[in-house]
Amino acid sequence: MAAPVLALEGLEFQWPGRAGFALQVPGFQLLPGETVLLLGESGSGKSTLLPLICGTLLATRGTVRVAGTDLADLSGGQRDRFRAEQIGVIFQQFNLLPFGTVADNILLPLRFAPDRRRRAGDGRARALMLCRALGLPEAVLSARAGTLSVGQQQRVAVARALIGEPPLLVADEPTSALDAGTQAAFLDLLFEQARACGSALLMVSHDPRLAARFDRVLQMEDIAHSKRGGA
Amino acid sequence: MILRLAIASLFARALTVGMTILAIALSVALFLGVEKVRTGAKASFADTISGTDLIVGARSGAVQLLLYSVFRIGNATNNITWESYQDIAARPEVKWSVPISLGDSHRQFRVMGTTTGFFDHYRYRQGRALALRDGAVMTDLFDTVIGADVAATLGYRLGDPIVVAHGLASFAEHKDQPFRVAGILEKTGTPVDRTVIVSLEAIEAIHVDWRSGAKIPGQTTSAEVLRGMDLQPKAVTAVLLGVESPLRTFALQRAINDYPQEPLLAILPGVALQELWGIVGIAETALLAVSAMVVVTALIGMMATIFSSLNERRREMAIFRAMGARPAVILALLVLEAVLMAACGAGVGLGLLYAGLIVAQPMVDSAFGLWLPIEAPTLRELWVMGAVVCAGAIVSTLPAIRAYRLSLADGMMVRT
Repeated sequence: MAAPVLALEGLEFQWPGRAGFALQVPGFQLLPGETVLLLGESGSGKSTLLPLICGTLLATRGTVRVAGTDLADLSGGQRDRFRAEQIGVIFQQFNLLPFGTVADNILLPLRFAPDRRRRAGDGRARALMLCRALGLPEAVLSARAGTLSVGQQQRVAVARALIGEPPLLVADEPTSALDAGTQAAFLDLLFEQARACGSALLMVSHDPRLAARFDRVLQMEDIAHSKRGGA
Repeated sequence: MILRLAIASLFARALTVGMTILAIALSVALFLGVEKVRTGAKASFADTISGTDLIVGARSGAVQLLLYSVFRIGNATNNITWESYQDIAARPEVKWSVPISLGDSHRQFRVMGTTTGFFDHYRYRQGRALALRDGAVMTDLFDTVIGADVAATLGYRLGDPIVVAHGLASFAEHKDQPFRVAGILEKTGTPVDRTVIVSLEAIEAIHVDWRSGAKIPGQTTSAEVLRGMDLQPKAVTAVLLGVESPLRTFALQRAINDYPQEPLLAILPGVALQELWGIVGIAETALLAVSAMVVVTALIGMMATIFSSLNERRREMAIFRAMGARPAVILALLVLEAVLMAACGAGVGLGLLYAGLIVAQPMVDSAFGLWLPIEAPTLRELWVMGAVVCAGAIVSTLPAIRAYRLSLADGMMVRT
């Protein structure tokens, strides 16, 4: 069996303050190329779990390994660069810098990740290819991101997450801002491109209707225990 | 790419950024303008008299001699006898000499008796000579040449009769000798503009019927008789000297200061002007300090703008962070934006200064006799602009540090 692209072990995190929210993840693994849907209502701890995986939060106890590296071994600056190198992030909405061009937005993670920039090769050509594959018109590259429709913006966010083929994609309800018809088309493109890039996909959502497409579907409660308040 | 994004981000907030840049530009233009006026005034002041190597008067202070001989402020404590003047003028080092005699007035303007040599040798503003706008220099005993301000204030034209008063108060006017305007000078921006110039002999003629400042009762000498009299003056107030060689200036000055027959004082006009500027220049320094405060105010305004924009830009910073930007990048980005704004402000301010100069230069010159040169930015001006940009970077570190803290806490997700 291949080494997991993401491994959580005995993870514990407690927000500072007496009433701080606490999250525990005894064990979770994501294999290369695997697609996993993590279902959870708001308040189930996903907005704590994702920053822990991405390294903007540091676990109080336990380990987070991404592509074999323990995030706790890295300094703050190293974690930032590591995130740029290894992880593509897609948010619910407001993914893009509205004043920048689409090309600038797509190429932004490469700016902070020299290895990923090397993997991407000619960044602009790769961005254009991704845009085309995601059904975006070519002219969109030089348009300002703020002028695009929400659906187009989400697809640009996918292109940005996939450029340079990071081993792990983390998506936080990427379809919640889209209507039902666009959702399906968007997910088709996302899965197709993630597979083409060989990236594993961890998606967090509250919508069980998405479940059918994923290799595995987990409930947040299955892998994590959360506590609110000082108990 | 970061620079391009920073510029794009500034453009996206064009209105507030534009206002901030405008405020900085206006303050920079004000500061540079005050600086320009200050150096212009200083130069104009120093250019009040040029081409004259030494000014000689009765022994007093250098500034006092300069004040009454050049600026027509205050009075001479004593005169120079005609014999002493002749002695000095005959010295081999002396190239030319122009005696002047002061003490009379016409309305609020001083009357100066001199020779026509004054028009040949008096120089101002880097060697410009006096020029006549109308008429000619004195040829007759009762001819006067008036400065531009005299003509403008009193509405005089060529040929108008004028009456010269003895002393500075006008209660005792020399009503019996009617002078007439023979020439009107171009505006110079120097005290010459406010002077009525007559010949030395005319000053003597006015005083023929006077003793100790009072009219001799019953004695009136007609103009015709005066013309026939020997009107060689017995004393002059001061002498402007030109030397044969600049190297001899100090030797001549020493010789005059040690003149045994009479206590005299010779001064270098440039040195005395500098001494005087040290006194009057304080006000301009205060003005400069005030305009520097305006620049500081504009920069603090920029800081406030950046502070207030932080909250609405937290999402933008979160995106940067999610893409792998370190919090230091966020800090650098905000400082970069501030530097760009300050640089734009400084640049636009310089543009405003030149636009203002082009419009105002002729007006300021004719109204105040102040010449503001339009030239490439001086090193000092470039330093000022550089300092504004640096100060912009410095004041922006406060909001930038706050942004750093926010983005460290927010990470890639904005919690509200």
